[in-house]
Amino acid sequence: MSEAVKSQTAPVAEAAETLTVTINGQAVKARPGQTILEVAKENGYHIPTLCHFDLANLRYVNEVASCRICMVEDRKRGRLYPACATPVSDGMDIQTNSLRVIRNRRNVLELILSDHPFDCLVCWKNGDCELQALASEVGLREIRVKGERHQVNVDTSSLSFIRDSSKCILCKRCVTMCSQVQSVNVYSAVGRGFNSVISTAFDLPMIDTNCTFCGQCLSVCPTGALAEVSNIDKVWAALTSGKHVVVQTAPAVRVALGEAFGMPPGSNVTGRMVTALKQMGFNEVFDTNFAADLTIMEEATELVHRIEHGGRLPILTSCCPGWVKFFEHQFSDMLDVPSSSKSPHEMFGSVIKTYFAERQGLKPEDIIVVSVMPCVAKKFESARPELMNEGVSDVDIVITTRELARMIQEISLDLENLEDTPFDDPFGESTGAAAIFGSSGGVIEAALRTAYEIMTGDKLEDVNFTPLRGLEGSKEATVSINGAPIRIGVASGLGNARKMIESIRSGEQVYHAIEIMACPGGCIAGGGQPYHFGNMELIKKRMEAIYAIDDNAEVRKSHENTAVQRLYREYLGEPYGQKAKELLHTTYTPRRKF
Amino acid sequence: MPDGRTDNPQLIALQTYLNGLDKDEGSLIVALQRAQELIGYLSEDAIFMVGQTLNIPVSKVYGVVTFYSFFRTRPRGKYDIKVCLGTACFVRKSPAILNELATLLQMEVGTTREDLKYSLNTVRCLGACGSAPIVQVNDDLYANVQVSDVAGIIRRYLD
Ligand code: SF4
Ligand code: SF4
Repeated sequence: MSEAVKSQTAPVAEAAETLTVTINGQAVKARPGQTILEVAKENGYHIPTLCHFDLANLRYVNEVASCRICMVEDRKRGRLYPACATPVSDGMDIQTNSLRVIRNRRNVLELILSDHPFDCLVCWKNGDCELQALASEVGLREIRVKGERHQVNVDTSSLSFIRDSSKCILCKRCVTMCSQVQSVNVYSAVGRGFNSVISTAFDLPMIDTNCTFCGQCLSVCPTGALAEVSNIDKVWAALTSGKHVVVQTAPAVRVALGEAFGMPPGSNVTGRMVTALKQMGFNEVFDTNFAADLTIMEEATELVHRIEHGGRLPILTSCCPGWVKFFEHQFSDMLDVPSSSKSPHEMFGSVIKTYFAERQGLKPEDIIVVSVMPCVAKKFESARPELMNEGVSDVDIVITTRELARMIQEISLDLENLEDTPFDDPFGESTGAAAIFGSSGGVIEAALRTAYEIMTGDKLEDVNFTPLRGLEGSKEATVSINGAPIRIGVASGLGNARKMIESIRSGEQVYHAIEIMACPGGCIAGGGQPYHFGNMELIKKRMEAIYAIDDNAEVRKSHENTAVQRLYREYLGEPYGQKAKELLHTTYTPRRKF
Repeated sequence: MPDGRTDNPQLIALQTYLNGLDKDEGSLIVALQRAQELIGYLSEDAIFMVGQTLNIPVSKVYGVVTFYSFFRTRPRGKYDIKVCLGTACFVRKSPAILNELATLLQMEVGTTREDLKYSLNTVRCLGACGSAPIVQVNDDLYANVQVSDVAGIIRRYLD
């Protein structure tokens, strides 16, 4: 196969191995093994690309060289080469902007567009489309080629995202992401020649495949071939339905939403986001972070219970629905290993439709719960039958960070200059432990802060478990509790998760608890976040913003959240007790392995 | 059949064959060829079995199956129609006959129709060049076929 994952160990540049290459008449230094594109970029020469995509820290490089947009001229050999896939050699003389190169690029783009629908104005990717941006950059003003068009064939089966293969340019970024990074292998090139398309096994609709709905493929798709199922209209309809509409926002949304309004990455817009939601007309604006604290109470108690009662170890976190669907397919023989805790927003929905409803004198069916999530998997999750109570779903509508941004734009609010408003009581209170749920490693760190104090009865002085932080795909740490070593694993990205679970299955590794997030880096890089266009710095900034919220929080342990304490006192009883299990826990379904 | 258990004798034979192969992509093509020999086409179950036994994602196996025209993902139709494109038939205009069949049956050459009623394929010489052009439907041979005969031939195979 032509997709490849680049090794992280770049060849060490030794002085003797330095090459000299000429780019646009200028001699520059290069290292062996570098591509023309890399050398050009290092030296400030821009070469337009389309299929190429490089997320080196995720070990993800899409180098199929299928689009031919980046062709540059090798003047010695008198030929054009794809810059993204051609290694430099000593003495090469490259021209990136000769007339020949420019003409060729224009022709290639015209060919691609000759088989592309012209509905940019109403396309869901309008404004975020890399193909559109390229046409603008190249200055394309007409398409001379008339050719056969692929039929529009939209797959809306999944509830999470849409696939429209007529907008596909066969760059295979999604295939690389799903196979190499996520190890899920949903997609493959199917058919041959003009009829070749990216499709699924047996051309199954997405809902019938082993897709986890993590949405990572759509976060790298350059065009509108993949996009979330938009629930914006449903939310507007709910807001005018006369029902009681409650909204909650996930930890990772507040540190990314600002990007959609031109604010610097890592801006924390919590208070301004609440103001915007209020102006839309939600009856209550609550914080999913409250429910993250609640999740910790359940998960940490379950962990302590398993450790003290010789239960099944390791415990695996279960707040990521992408990961949940992954293990239902891949490890269907191990369904008793993950924690049975629902994900935070689902716990929240359940609390709102019981405790909150009773207190407000409302019927559960007269409440609509909307979740704003960094995630497209949560759209599928909210429709799971396991997460319904007497025919009423815990959560009714899920929208992504991107959809929220669009709604704010629709009502012409200038997010950056809004006032701050606090979340509504009683579910506005949250701790620093909840904030870090949005970043890989955060859930297990939060659980440790609580489990430590439950098990030892002592106060945990330093709440920072720094080895568990950061964007690396796999992390681990050993923590001593009551003199006994507790081994913690953290994996983000499903390929890393698979390796970690296989290592415990084979007995090669022993852990007490493992946190897994489907999206590399965690929810801050979720499939529903503003597009990062391959800029990993941006993800890092979001992560730093998350840890800053924790650092600045007065309370940093979930069990010290007074609103959570009151909920247990007034309604739920004991954590991991009978009523809590009924409302806050779930079951899993074995699914076919592909 | 997610767990690979089956009572289907053809699939059991396939499983036995697959168990003896190297578990990697190098075995994929021979595995698929054998599966098609055993079953007559590549059923979903067979594709699953090949993928899971050889440790190759099912989507990828399906991609390979659809890439080669040799592989069939549907069984042969009830009426297996073959049009000879050997030299003698070809010069006597068998391609026009083939086109007429495809048009009237509303199907593509080299496929089995979705209702599994007809398969339409070409062959290279049926050894009856003296009576060219030749059309074969299951065991019935039609000689000296003209385009205007095609509708009449199809009418015999409607049920
Ligand atoms: S959503 Fe995730 S699992 Fe599904 S196809 Fe995309 S990358 Fe693969
Ligand atoms: S890591 Fe977060 S954003 Fe990604 S699938 Fe899981 S819950 Fe959703």
